[in-house]
Amino acid sequence: MSGGWRIPGRGAGIDRQRPLRFRFDGREMEGFAGDTLASALMAAGVRVVGRSFKYHRPRGVMTAGAEEPNALVEIIEGAQQTPNTRATVQELYAGLQARSQNRWPGLGFDALAVNDFLHPFLGAGFYYKTFMWPRQFWERVYEPIIRRAAGLGSLSGRTDEGAYEKAFAFCDLLVIGAGPAGLVAALRAGRAGADVIMAEADTQPGGRLLADLPEIGGQGARDWLAGVQAELAALPNVRVMTRTTVTGAYDGGTYGALERVGLHRADPGDLPRECFWRIVAKRAVMATGALERPIAHPGNDRPGVMLASAMPAYVNRWGVAPGRRVAIFGNNDSALATAQALTAAGVQIAAYIDPRPDVPALQDFPVYRGAQVVGTRGRMGLHTVQVRHADGVSEVPADALGLSGGWNPTLHLACHMNGRPEWDARIAAFVPRDGMVPGLTAAGAAAGGLSTAACLTDGARAAATALADLGLPVPEMTPPGAEDAPYGIAPFWAVDAGGRAWLDFANDVTTKDVAQAAREGFASVEHMKRYTTQGMAPDQGKNSNVAALAVLADATGQSIPDTGTTTFRPPFVPVSIAALGAGGRAKGFAPERRLTSDAQSRAMGAPMIEAGLWYRPSYFPRVGEATWREACDREVAMVRGAVGVCDVSTLGKIDVQGPDAGRYLDFLYTNRMSSLKPGRIRYGLMLREDGHVMDDGTCARLGEGHFLVTTTTAAAGQVMRHMDFVQQAFCADWAVRFASVTEHWAQFAVAGPRARDLLNTLLDQPVSADSLPFMACQPVTVAGVAGRLFRISFSGALGYEVAVPARYGAALFSRLVEGAEALGGGAYGMEALNVMRIEKGFITHAEIDGRVTAFDLGVQRMLSAAKDCIGKPASERPGLMDDARGQLVGLMSVDPADRIDAGAPLYAADAPARAENWQGHVTSAGYSPTLKGWLALGFLSNGRARHGEVLCIHDALRGRKLMARVCDPVFLDPEGRAMRG
Amino acid sequence: MADLTVTEATDGLGLPLAMGDCILSAQAPGTAWLIAPYPGRRAACSAALAPLGLSFPAPGQGLAGQGLAAGGRRIVWAGRDQAFLFGAAPPEGLAEHAALTDQSDGWAGLRLQGPDAEAVLARLVPLDLRIGAFPEDHVARSLLGHMPLLIQRTGPETFALMTYRSMAGSAVQEIGHALKAVAARRRLG
Repeated sequence: MSGGWRIPGRGAGIDRQRPLRFRFDGREMEGFAGDTLASALMAAGVRVVGRSFKYHRPRGVMTAGAEEPNALVEIIEGAQQTPNTRATVQELYAGLQARSQNRWPGLGFDALAVNDFLHPFLGAGFYYKTFMWPRQFWERVYEPIIRRAAGLGSLSGRTDEGAYEKAFAFCDLLVIGAGPAGLVAALRAGRAGADVIMAEADTQPGGRLLADLPEIGGQGARDWLAGVQAELAALPNVRVMTRTTVTGAYDGGTYGALERVGLHRADPGDLPRECFWRIVAKRAVMATGALERPIAHPGNDRPGVMLASAMPAYVNRWGVAPGRRVAIFGNNDSALATAQALTAAGVQIAAYIDPRPDVPALQDFPVYRGAQVVGTRGRMGLHTVQVRHADGVSEVPADALGLSGGWNPTLHLACHMNGRPEWDARIAAFVPRDGMVPGLTAAGAAAGGLSTAACLTDGARAAATALADLGLPVPEMTPPGAEDAPYGIAPFWAVDAGGRAWLDFANDVTTKDVAQAAREGFASVEHMKRYTTQGMAPDQGKNSNVAALAVLADATGQSIPDTGTTTFRPPFVPVSIAALGAGGRAKGFAPERRLTSDAQSRAMGAPMIEAGLWYRPSYFPRVGEATWREACDREVAMVRGAVGVCDVSTLGKIDVQGPDAGRYLDFLYTNRMSSLKPGRIRYGLMLREDGHVMDDGTCARLGEGHFLVTTTTAAAGQVMRHMDFVQQAFCADWAVRFASVTEHWAQFAVAGPRARDLLNTLLDQPVSADSLPFMACQPVTVAGVAGRLFRISFSGALGYEVAVPARYGAALFSRLVEGAEALGGGAYGMEALNVMRIEKGFITHAEIDGRVTAFDLGVQRMLSAAKDCIGKPASERPGLMDDARGQLVGLMSVDPADRIDAGAPLYAADAPARAENWQGHVTSAGYSPTLKGWLALGFLSNGRARHGEVLCIHDALRGRKLMARVCDPVFLDPEGRAMRG
Repeated sequence: MADLTVTEATDGLGLPLAMGDCILSAQAPGTAWLIAPYPGRRAACSAALAPLGLSFPAPGQGLAGQGLAAGGRRIVWAGRDQAFLFGAAPPEGLAEHAALTDQSDGWAGLRLQGPDAEAVLARLVPLDLRIGAFPEDHVARSLLGHMPLLIQRTGPETFALMTYRSMAGSAVQEIGHALKAVAARRRLG
């Protein structure tokens, strides 16, 4: 130990042949493969690792596990930084860069350490009382300052580009934790043939065995472990997941778990950083062990003070001495055993201090019985421990102090479904009750069994219970013998000696804060927690929870069980949002739906716009067109003057069949469809049950019991769901079935006076105006392919929609565009489609936005009086047929050059633009090259009676104001001559 | 004679895609008819399907045609009162008992094969696909990420996947991501 902090011959977890260089706060250091950042820092003699949350006090490594409250650092990777990484969990890799946090300008000198001197003013709740005035200063001044001064690490502010993963796993038995209890449980269940997942947060199985190295079945702990691991590895039905922390227990036997995948590698390659698992298990064994708890004594946060149990871990796993002279302060037998074990490992024990008067005093080190630690000294690290005993106060030189106030079973998961644990006076700790989470059994230390032998036996028992539940044979198993010393403890929580004694190191909460909360009336444990912030830091109270409520119980005169615990909620350890949201970055949450014409449209330079998940061409720019408007105007003129082609495959297509199909559609649509003749098409309206318009579209009768319903692009899914609901809920016994065929058919609108000429170049049997009249359909052969032809128009021009199976879509689109161009037309996109449908007053979901009734649209007559339909009774409520409601109107700017924008509000011509004068709004607008002016559709109160009136469109949001005339929503060809021609 | 060229749903998507020990390849569904029996007609449908060596499948079941005449015909459960008939036109008389819809072009078919196929799908499909729970010929409607999915185990290490034709690109991309991540883990040994 001369010079360095590594102990020769100790540290089975590190590989001394593989040194790794890393940097901490810019300082280059060296550790070994197998080190955690914490062990490497300790080995390098770094005592101060961070500054505390509120008082900016120097802090060192406190634990050897996931519960670490102090050693939180930022890990730097290029331009990214990950804050609040627990140095005790972060594995060392070559080139790792870590930075301490919450200090300025540096760890050694931190200007905000001035807070520590102000502590009498900064107790629990100080900001609730201090920063009351002036009121508006809280958000703008006080809170930002407090947040800056207090705190944790910082974010890079950049988007996290790292790879994360989410995955599902299923098993018969989930064993949570691979300590002695978990290993035995997994082994027994594995031998029985159960599908077992054993999840272990650490880098390797073993749990406390790795730190304490007890003898098991006459073998050394490592030999026994190696044997068990080899057997588990040989069982194909057992899956051991290391670096995987089960973070939450949820309904139906589902557990969340976070796996560190690439975070410990210098070059992770294609590995995700983390994987968030959802594990569904028929049964679970919670073998999560126990967490040692510190004792609150004055100055117990000084660097060098740590959990007693962490010391053998550093010695035996990483070969690091926690100090040259180590004192241990404990109230239980495991603390004494730790002192003995450390002595055996060559660590000098300066003092063993125990409040119990009857501890055996004859040891290889000085023992202070009936004694307490009442203070510590050492500015940037411990150098003296003050011990009060029967004969006075002794100053014991020591550079490390191990604390043990007993053990808390790690029962968090068992409480995640709102179960409450019970107090076990035998070990002075809360233990889980049976059945808190259905299917989950606690075993070993997590169930309160605090000896190695108890863990081994209990793990075997828990496996047997689970196997019996699963209906699997329970193989005989005699757990190996091991240390089974009785565990003695005298509850002892806090030293009463003045000064500040920390409970929650991570949030700087002391015993005084808890007492003050109680004094000020925050005496319930949930109130105390929120008032003091105890248990709300990244460690979520793992180190402080039970001690804090014990102090609270003392302050309120209640018992600990009566005081109760706060609520344990998932996640058990911090989970990055990136892992939870894995796969959802960028377009990950929204698959792209691409048309069969997609490649050609893009090749033609069309910008694509999103329509739901679909991508549709906005317009097809041509040489010389500088703006989208020029392309759009040209495309409209093309359709009105020659012929245009547009991919309309995104519209929902639902095939409805069966003897009861007509009856069913009559029930679904406001108007009658059963009277439609085969080969004919009818426009239809569907209502929601509440009477508002859900969707509109066409319904074609392809045969006697065969219909094809079309929906809007936006509502295709909604209509399908609605149809399913109506059929299952109201007429399940009717002989009707339907299926979405949206994807099967590629469908193209061919519109314009030359539409028929174009189609007839491709149809095997040409059509004429009379052979296929308006609103008729027929099967056709298109360039040798069986397809369907519908004579419908969404542009108001002579129009057809031709459909072929999707495999021919790309080829047909190409042929149609080529043919159209030869006739002086071409492809048109969404912009032109929108302008033309506004010219015709055809509605989309800009109009039927979910608040609109058939009455508002002026199509109340489409509600057949002769039959019932979904939504009809609700639509006839008087309030829904009120003239004061917004009614669909057309709007034309008085000066045709005045642009109208969708969303703009309508006011009377002379009324100021104020909410009380609001008369309606614009839903769709566009420039009509046909009518040479701006047109819009909108809803206007009593609008049908107001045609001819001039209104003011005052769009304050965009800063535009213009006058517009109200008119019929059909601007162009109201008789429909063009499309019928 | 068809004068229009055929574009398959998976054309241009860079398939087959081999990574780690898995291969993702295109597997066009071919002729696919959705068969939806009217209420109470499932048995009648089975009778009508008998000449093809098939019957109407139970939920979650995929059936391969029996006998020499079967010739690659399959029928696969596809949802409530629905099944896909692959590789054959619906037989005579079936239309009387069921709605028949041609879906040959509506779905993109993929095939994922390899020892890690289950692990790859575990990243995208929220189902228990362990061979004990989802043995050969088992079928389910589920999700592939956010996309609709019809999945069938066709071999110990092989799955047939079908999603909407328009989403084929996203499906291949998503499976590609999972393949890459699983292959990276595999390299760790």
